[in-house]
Amino acid sequence: MPIHYYIILAATLFCIGVIGVLTRRNAIIVFMCVELMLNAVNLMLVAFSKLHYGTYLKNGAMGASGIDGQMFVFFIMVVAAAEVSVGLAIIVMMYRNVHSVDINFLNRLKN
Amino acid sequence: MNNLILLVPLLPFIGFLVNGLFRKSLSKTMTGVIGSGVILAAFAISIYLFLQVRSGGAIPTSVYFDFINIDKLNVQFAFQVDQLSSLFLLIITGIGFLIHLYSTAYMHEEKPEHFARYFAYLNLFVFSMLLLVMGANFVIMFIGWEGVGLCSYLLIGFWFKNTNYNYAAKKAFVMNRIGDLGFLLAIFWIIAKLGTSNYADVFASVKSFTPAELTGITMLLFVGAMGKSAQIPLYTWLPDAMAGPTPVSALIHAATMVTAGIYMIARSNIMYTIAPFTSHFVAIIGLATAIFAATIALKQNDIKKVLAYSTVSQLGYMFLGLGVGAYTGAVFHVMTHAFFKALLFLGAGSVIHAMHHEQDIRNMGGLKKYMPITHITFLLGCLAIAGVPPFSGFFSKDEILVGAYNENPLYYYIGLAGALMTAFYMFRLYALTFLGKFRGTHEQQHHLHESPSAITFPLIVLAILSVFGGLLGIPALFAENAHSLEKWLDPIFAGSHEYTTAHHLEHSTEWMMMGVSTLLIVVIIVFAWRSFSRKERFEENKGFGKVLENKWYVDELYDNIIVKPLNGLAGFFKDVFEKNIVDGAVNGVGRLVQYSSRQVRLLQNGQVGSYILVMVLSLIVIVLLFREQTVIVSALRKIF
Repeated sequence: MPIHYYIILAATLFCIGVIGVLTRRNAIIVFMCVELMLNAVNLMLVAFSKLHYGTYLKNGAMGASGIDGQMFVFFIMVVAAAEVSVGLAIIVMMYRNVHSVDINFLNRLKN
Repeated sequence: MNNLILLVPLLPFIGFLVNGLFRKSLSKTMTGVIGSGVILAAFAISIYLFLQVRSGGAIPTSVYFDFINIDKLNVQFAFQVDQLSSLFLLIITGIGFLIHLYSTAYMHEEKPEHFARYFAYLNLFVFSMLLLVMGANFVIMFIGWEGVGLCSYLLIGFWFKNTNYNYAAKKAFVMNRIGDLGFLLAIFWIIAKLGTSNYADVFASVKSFTPAELTGITMLLFVGAMGKSAQIPLYTWLPDAMAGPTPVSALIHAATMVTAGIYMIARSNIMYTIAPFTSHFVAIIGLATAIFAATIALKQNDIKKVLAYSTVSQLGYMFLGLGVGAYTGAVFHVMTHAFFKALLFLGAGSVIHAMHHEQDIRNMGGLKKYMPITHITFLLGCLAIAGVPPFSGFFSKDEILVGAYNENPLYYYIGLAGALMTAFYMFRLYALTFLGKFRGTHEQQHHLHESPSAITFPLIVLAILSVFGGLLGIPALFAENAHSLEKWLDPIFAGSHEYTTAHHLEHSTEWMMMGVSTLLIVVIIVFAWRSFSRKERFEENKGFGKVLENKWYVDELYDNIIVKPLNGLAGFFKDVFEKNIVDGAVNGVGRLVQYSSRQVRLLQNGQVGSYILVMVLSLIVIVLLFREQTVIVSALRKIF
């Protein structure tokens, strides 16, 4: 499959994520859109890693070289998982305190 | 000898430092002893120097150090004691000592601290005045010139809690500064032309000036003299300067400081002799001042104001003498005037002291029997200033008037009219103060007393000098070669004699002039005596008398043509220029920063969404802007 299929898919996902973050007010949906963007990036990393892994092998490279991108994806997934747990906890606390998950409501620090 | 000369100004300066620095701890007696003692010591040295000059001629210039030494300009700190300056030294330290002595009694009501402040100022004044007359170049003279102006300011405003006195002090200072500017420009001009300001060098190379330059320089110098010596148009500060303590008026505003202008012109006599235009100008200004101030004095009711206008008028005579080339006569009149005017001021001070600071002569009268010594000495002073022979004023004034007659008979007649007015107002003053019945309150009458001996002693000494001082300058008419002052000052004025042709009036003319003037003066004195000695009631002045009482409204005129427009201009700058343009610029910068920060603050609105929007938009903009240069983007384009 040509690489640009992956790129278009990732770009589309990323744009959906960005637009979601920009337009939605619900903190949970914003959160999900952020995840979407992270996964778009993950997709790109995997796709390019696969592409370049082949090139490396052709040039006679040995072992695990050229799979840095795929390793990076795992890190991102782990961090994202941690982030989700913290973020969801924050959202839950926020709902308990103000009975709302509207992010525009969270501007108390202003002024 | 150099050190001895240096000691003359140094002693008063030490007195100033001691009295000034330890004013809170010194007792009044100590202050008085130090203040008067240093002047007495300076007087003793001055006598010694005078005798030295008398036996051996002018003492060579004593150079102490280079005061200013830049490139070709070298101004030395040097003193010159010659016939002219040694004479002034005697006047300054001698009369200065008497007045210091007098002040110990006159100022005794002051608190010790203020008493010491007073003596510190007075000593500083004597120091500056000595610097003025002893300096061997124009720059040193200028230092003294400024110093006496400063001390005059400080002493006029001595009672600084009175706002009017402060205004008078400021007025004196500002008027003097106007004159000083002229003096300063003249010094610059001389230095620019010759590269030196030493008297000896300047007067030796006086021929290298073009006539126009010389006229310019002498006119500027005279502007300085006008300010310091209270000549038209800068004379109005002197009557106001009477706000200061009376001994100050006697020392500074009668005997010494105001004669600085005469000293300066007498010192540079050769420049004036060969600048005839300036000389005529000096004579005319002097004559105008003499007559103008005399008319004002006719109607004044404040004892010190009468004397102040009389001083202005007498200074006018001195300038008349300088203008017509009667330099000896002018210096002679400086000397006799110092005697009798100091005497009159000190006498007035004695009266004011006895009357508990009452100065209006309409409330005096009959003081003759309460204050015999003051009365007698004051009468002698009046006779001297009126020009009755053989008192000192007669000789000096006569010499000036004869000089004026030689120049232009019209000067003589106007001068004589002024002299008659002098006789009139002085005897009006005398009669209203000492004759008739006492017109003050009972309270004042009860306290009337003769002043203590520290006050009467200077009066007696000055009275003796006023009576006999004229014998130093007996005219050739009475005895050949008896004019000892003329012989004494001959080396100073010798240079000018080359350029002037000596006039000698017919003896018969001179006898007639003298006889007529004496007769007229005596008639005027008798008239004034008779009309004022029994005066009980004082009517309001009407018409011309009112104009004179209000000093020809000159103060009002200056107020309207100079002070008010200046205030108006200052007000314009303060209210319009300052507020709108200066403040506008300063506040405008502040407002601009505030406004722009308000606009920028809108970006930080607390909406997370808008931050992200801005972030995304800026990323897009960056990518679009750098799409040509960026490796990543070009790689992307290769892919698509």
